Amino acid sequence: MSAKKNININLKIWRQKNASTKGKMETYKLDNVSTDSSFLEMLDQLNEQLVNTQNEPVAFDHDCREGICGMCSLYINGRAHGPDTGTTTCQLHMRKFKDGETIFIEPWRSKAFPVVKDLIVDRSSFDRIQQAGGFVSVNTSGNTIDANATPINKSDADKAFEAAACIGCGACVATCKNGSAMLFVGAKVSQYALLPQGKIEAADRVLNMVRQMDEEGFGNCTNTGACEVECPKGISLENIARMNREYLKASVL
Amino acid sequence: MAKSAFLKSSIAKKYWMALTGLFLCLFLVGHLIGNLQLFMSGYEGALQFNKYAYFMTTNPAVKLLSYVTYLSILFHAIDGIYLAIQNKKARPIAYAMNNPSKNSSSASRNMAVLGTMILIFIATHMINFWAKMKFGTAMPLFVKEIVDPNAGGVKQYMLIATPESPQASVPVQAPIFDNAMLNKQPNNQIIIDGHKIINKANKEVLFEGYKDLHKLTIAFFKSKAKLFNVIPNEGLFFTLFYVFSMIVLGFHLWHGFQSAFQSLGINNKFTPAIKVFGKAFSVIVPILFAIIPIYIHFISK
Repeated sequence: MSAKKNININLKIWRQKNASTKGKMETYKLDNVSTDSSFLEMLDQLNEQLVNTQNEPVAFDHDCREGICGMCSLYINGRAHGPDTGTTTCQLHMRKFKDGETIFIEPWRSKAFPVVKDLIVDRSSFDRIQQAGGFVSVNTSGNTIDANATPINKSDADKAFEAAACIGCGACVATCKNGSAMLFVGAKVSQYALLPQGKIEAADRVLNMVRQMDEEGFGNCTNTGACEVECPKGISLENIARMNREYLKASVL
Repeated sequence: MAKSAFLKSSIAKKYWMALTGLFLCLFLVGHLIGNLQLFMSGYEGALQFNKYAYFMTTNPAVKLLSYVTYLSILFHAIDGIYLAIQNKKARPIAYAMNNPSKNSSSASRNMAVLGTMILIFIATHMINFWAKMKFGTAMPLFVKEIVDPNAGGVKQYMLIATPESPQASVPVQAPIFDNAMLNKQPNNQIIIDGHKIINKANKEVLFEGYKDLHKLTIAFFKSKAKLFNVIPNEGLFFTLFYVFSMIVLGFHLWHGFQSAFQSLGINNKFTPAIKVFGKAFSVIVPILFAIIPIYIHFISK
């Protein structure tokens, strides 16, 4: 059995009542946090403490708590999803922090991700980008062709699958100094462009998704590569290059 | 909508940054090859450099290329500033705590600052050399110095003619041959116009020589004068400023070179080689540029 260890921490958390009020960083002290607890369990513990003292609990996004839904966000100590790479916030554990440490927790900062409350941001701009072209049109009138009946090159299938691993959490936008969404859009464009079913609408897809991305107010990519490092699903920069290629093809040809 | 977005969309702007940036990398190589001729010493070296400068200012193909270069610099700078403003707007509230050094290089995060510094350098560089070469009326023509041992070491001077000159090289009295010299003559109907000596009255070309850019360059980095009447030994100041600017250029290229390929959609099996080449380019080219003013200021006679 692992030795039980509890730590005391200081928290600096962004508090904002709603979208129209100004927020600010608030300081909290939280004692007896088990190093075996997850980061979100630590926030649950803080909220219990806040509720018990008649204070408003901290609002934060979470759902599956196993790293696949893309709901949890949080900019922790200056990094998207905290100090670990290849993980979401829900997969982060308190053993990564030291006793007495001050932990900064902020929402994703982007013009296109407005704060709803405290640490929750509105990521529906991603949905609108997806709706602009992140799909394949299929005739479902009874003569649909089984996707598995179409042979696909293994390396293309693998690359498409890797791109499709994107959970749309928005860490790429949050960590990018330009607030650019190109890793997300690059992944979504790639996952279809690599497959025969997606190739048919490839040109319209990339043009429409990029247009929507620009309209939402995301910044421009300067290839710093920060998104690739912080992406919990390891989406590669190759997907941005592929999107750039697809866009060039669609614009010039 | 497809075609109209080709200038305005976020991705198209990056294509233009990449294309102009890569063209400017080619320009750097050309410029460097020219500059390296400053290492050649003596009369032959000076003649070679001035001949090169003459070719660069008179050849029509080079002229066309120079306009593409001006446009590229302007477009790269304007587009870059526009992108930087847009990117700033994409994050209206900054993080209270940010730790970007964990996921990206500082060069990649400071391209706009580095670029602005390079733009300031280019402006001063063009004022100091390009404008003087192009518009300066005080530009002297190239004169060869001959020390004749038979005449007891007396110095003689020869105004060197280009192959196109209607008159061959002629002896002159002083090592500097400029308009001030010409105006001392009783007949001041004759003036230097660019690299030609013409008769003001009938525009007849009497002589074609080389503008002495070599002398101007050496004097610039060796000057002991006070800059703006404040900074002593301006030659040393210019040398240090040029070296500093080349370090800035190196950092800009460190990220910029390989980044251009990514922007153009090139990320494949050649990418590791492109990255290595880009990093070598960003170190070697600025170093070669920087050692020229160092050589002139500290070593050359």
